Amino acid sequence: MAYETIVEDDIDILVVGSGLGGSGAAWEARFWGQNKKIVIAEKANIDRSGAVAQGLYAINCYMGTRWGENNPEDHVRYARIDLMGLVREDLLFDMARHVDSTVHQFEEWGLPIMKDPKTGRYLREGRWQIMIHGESYKPIVAEAAKKSADKVFNRICVTHLLMDDSRENRVAGAVGFNVRTGNYHVFKSKTVICGAGGASNIFKPRSVGEGSGRTWYAPWSSRVRLWAHDRSRREDDADGKPHRAGAFQGRLRPGRCLFPAPEDLYAKLPGRRV
Amino acid sequence: MPTFVYMTRCDGCGHCVDICPSDIMHIDKTYRRAYNIEPSMCWECYSCVKACPQNAIDVRGYADFAPLGHSVRVIRDEEKGTIAWKIKYRNGTEKNFLSPITTKPWGRRSRSSPTFPAEQGNARQPAAVQRAESGSAWMTAVCAPFSQPVSS
Repeated sequence: MAYETIVEDDIDILVVGSGLGGSGAAWEARFWGQNKKIVIAEKANIDRSGAVAQGLYAINCYMGTRWGENNPEDHVRYARIDLMGLVREDLLFDMARHVDSTVHQFEEWGLPIMKDPKTGRYLREGRWQIMIHGESYKPIVAEAAKKSADKVFNRICVTHLLMDDSRENRVAGAVGFNVRTGNYHVFKSKTVICGAGGASNIFKPRSVGEGSGRTWYAPWSSRVRLWAHDRSRREDDADGKPHRAGAFQGRLRPGRCLFPAPEDLYAKLPGRRV
Repeated sequence: MPTFVYMTRCDGCGHCVDICPSDIMHIDKTYRRAYNIEPSMCWECYSCVKACPQNAIDVRGYADFAPLGHSVRVIRDEEKGTIAWKIKYRNGTEKNFLSPITTKPWGRRSRSSPTFPAEQGNARQPAAVQRAESGSAWMTAVCAPFSQPVSS
């Protein structure tokens, strides 16, 4: 079987991975750069890809500033306490002050958000959470992304970034392959937005006997937890000292990653074994 | 537990192949029916179940909390803009849920060209600052602290 090499040149903005984040980035890129060439490379089908493929039934961060419910600084305070001070406050603030307009955009695109019939405000299930009918969350945002991008490459798994020959430490695009045909794809781009997140199949899910852990948020639960676990293992290997497991307590599950750590390692780790 | 296909209902149209995020729904070359080639890689995201025009794909719940004998069926109707779930318990209890999936017709929900022209303003400025300058008074107020360097 012969594989082709397919080159896409003169891209201004390449979005690698079009989950909810990459799709949003593509739309935002078009918003600010209407004459730019924007290309999306996505491992799966953009309509149902990433962690939101199956839909979500809440948006977990909405300030409600227009109704005086919260201000961005309230959220910074909350997140700082919640994460024991390990935060970049400037980034938190920046996200918090933009999140409302993003949610309003989703509603404009057709995302059904539950509202209080009397006040017209979004219904909340917590201080920061609002309730949505989010089954088609991803198709809705994907539609905006598809309209924004010049080209969408589905089923292209990007594996490496291309580096610029003439300028040191400068990314000049990305390369990948088509998961169906095996064709090699080269994207030459001035800018690359890397949106390849946690759902990239780095670890192997086990589809049996872990229902309790996966009823909520299927891809994230099965991968981010593994990542946390795997990182703890590597830190442990590196310095030979027991891992500081504080933040990951209760998340250490033996036998859930591709190369499980030896059983006795778990015995040494602080934290609850599940 | 992963998806499985009712062979008598499947007509091999390939919608599931098209949509599966893990690329594990394939068409059997001999029988021209879809099947899950790698059940252990299945996320149970229900994308193929919803995409199937013949309703030929089903998912078994996890054996450890959803014993055999139950069923979860779903019908997603893009024209009506609804999704209907039918949950049947092993003891015969049945629950039905109907939710909207969108408030706008497909294909018209998002603008193809943004209202805010990118060429206005200084392109070298960060997007947030630009928006603050041209946006509401509230935005300007909120952005103001960031005209100063952030002390660490």
